[in-house]
Amino acid sequence: MNTKDKSWKILSLIPIIAVLVILTLVPLVNIFYNSFFDIRWDDGKYNYTYIGLENYIELPNNKFYLPGLINTIKLSIFAVFFQMLFGFLIALGISKIKRGKGFFISLFLLPILLPPIVIGSIWRLMYGFDFGIFNYLLSFFGVFPLDWLGSSSLAFTSIVIVDIWHWTPFVVLLLLAGLESLPTDVYEAARVDGTSGWNEIIYITIPLMIPTIIVTMVFRFILSFKVFDEIYLLTQGGPGTSTEVISFSIYETFFESDNMGLGSVMSVVSLFVVSLLIIIVLNVIRRVNKYAN
Amino acid sequence: MRTSTEKLINYIMLSFFAILVLAPFLWIATIAFKTQIDIMMMKIIFKPTLFNFDKLFFSKEATFFRDIFNSLFVGIISTLIILVVCSMASFTMIRTKISNWITAVLFLWVIVFHMLPPITFVGSWFQMANSVGLFNSRIALILAHVTVNLPLGLLIISSFMRDVPTEIQEAAYIDGCSNRQVYLKVMLPLLGPGLFATAVIVFLFSWNDFMVAMNLTAKATQTVPVSIATFSQQYEVRYGEMAAGSLVSLVPALILTFFAQKYIVKGLTAGAVK
Repeated sequence: MNTKDKSWKILSLIPIIAVLVILTLVPLVNIFYNSFFDIRWDDGKYNYTYIGLENYIELPNNKFYLPGLINTIKLSIFAVFFQMLFGFLIALGISKIKRGKGFFISLFLLPILLPPIVIGSIWRLMYGFDFGIFNYLLSFFGVFPLDWLGSSSLAFTSIVIVDIWHWTPFVVLLLLAGLESLPTDVYEAARVDGTSGWNEIIYITIPLMIPTIIVTMVFRFILSFKVFDEIYLLTQGGPGTSTEVISFSIYETFFESDNMGLGSVMSVVSLFVVSLLIIIVLNVIRRVNKYAN
Repeated sequence: MRTSTEKLINYIMLSFFAILVLAPFLWIATIAFKTQIDIMMMKIIFKPTLFNFDKLFFSKEATFFRDIFNSLFVGIISTLIILVVCSMASFTMIRTKISNWITAVLFLWVIVFHMLPPITFVGSWFQMANSVGLFNSRIALILAHVTVNLPLGLLIISSFMRDVPTEIQEAAYIDGCSNRQVYLKVMLPLLGPGLFATAVIVFLFSWNDFMVAMNLTAKATQTVPVSIATFSQQYEVRYGEMAAGSLVSLVPALILTFFAQKYIVKGLTAGAVK
């Protein structure tokens, strides 16, 4: 290995390291630094006043953050449960068919590949009180129109439904990849023994799929902490705090209320919570892999 | 699936879910061609009109052509940057002798960043862009999109990189190629499909992004999703234009899904699992 080769290696890693340092590490340090200041926009520049831990002390009293954190976790749990259930059914269904496979896969891909803001728009129109499709259909059954997004008891469920619709395809994709890499000889043996379709799924497919199922589930759970676009378009966190989520609280505090100090504290705490989950998840994945091998 | 009844039940179930996925799109497509009055009257049978599209593109305060240009510009440039940065890094990390800890640290960093909510970084990006006079510029948004989509790019390219047989690379070394030459003349051509899959996915994610774009752009540099969202922000929600804009914004995804479905499936799976 000559020196020219070595300098190429270094050169080829510089861009990625530059991006990661300047645009992920510096921002991390920055929000941590911000979190100890009261930051006000005055005379065309930001004025920083050191206030120590005051932002941190204020956080639990903030109307939005804690309810948002609880909602985010609740949303993740409910949505991921149904995504796994429907996702498994659909993936199993697709893996069994020969004709029309490509068609179904393309179709089920659509919700992941389309702009989330469009998904928000669509559901906003469908949930509409006066001329949404749901209330229109309900009217045939003589049910009074429901305020899907405006009533605090229903809004959260409405958001969960959208999230299930949006992300079930992602689960389908991962589980389908898992199903298609299962060893075929086990199935052939079972067939020779005369195992029925149901027993095949319960005693062979599900046990073999457990590692994939767990990895997909924890992965989806973490990623659902990113939810923002649909909330922004559908409910803006309301009514009250019934659909508040952490991403939206941070956005509101940092950009709408211009309280950058408190917004930074929210970011720091959120990063801490999610990082903790990631550590747990990475450990789970490592254990699952060990168990699977 | 052995019996034909089982087969039938399976197709019925899949079709049921397929309708659940498709119905919302059909619904918004009909809205886009309705007048405001027909939307409010919930008319099932209506006279289709291009009124909403006309207003979306050609009304006095319309910005939609510019929004599309902004989206395409940011999407294409950020995709190209990601392809170059990630393919170089991935080659060096996976296919050359390099300290394991560098590879491990970089991959872990990228994966963790991929899972963190991007809103926690947008505030800092906003401040940084402001302090160097880049707020409301396309450059700031391009850099932000490069960062947000870099993990996906690196994971997808790396998974394709691992599939390239090592024998070809070794043969090139024996012929006297340096690492740089192997990367440029052997790896890049062999990675064609992988780079294509990455480009399609990364471009779509840039095109779809709303949250980052909203916070880093103003009217002149706003992208399509930001523009669509403004239709619901005004005093009166402009449902017709919102639907028409939404329908137009689906076009890239529909075209790319149609032509590159296999690549997208492979890319998304690789990017998610590994």
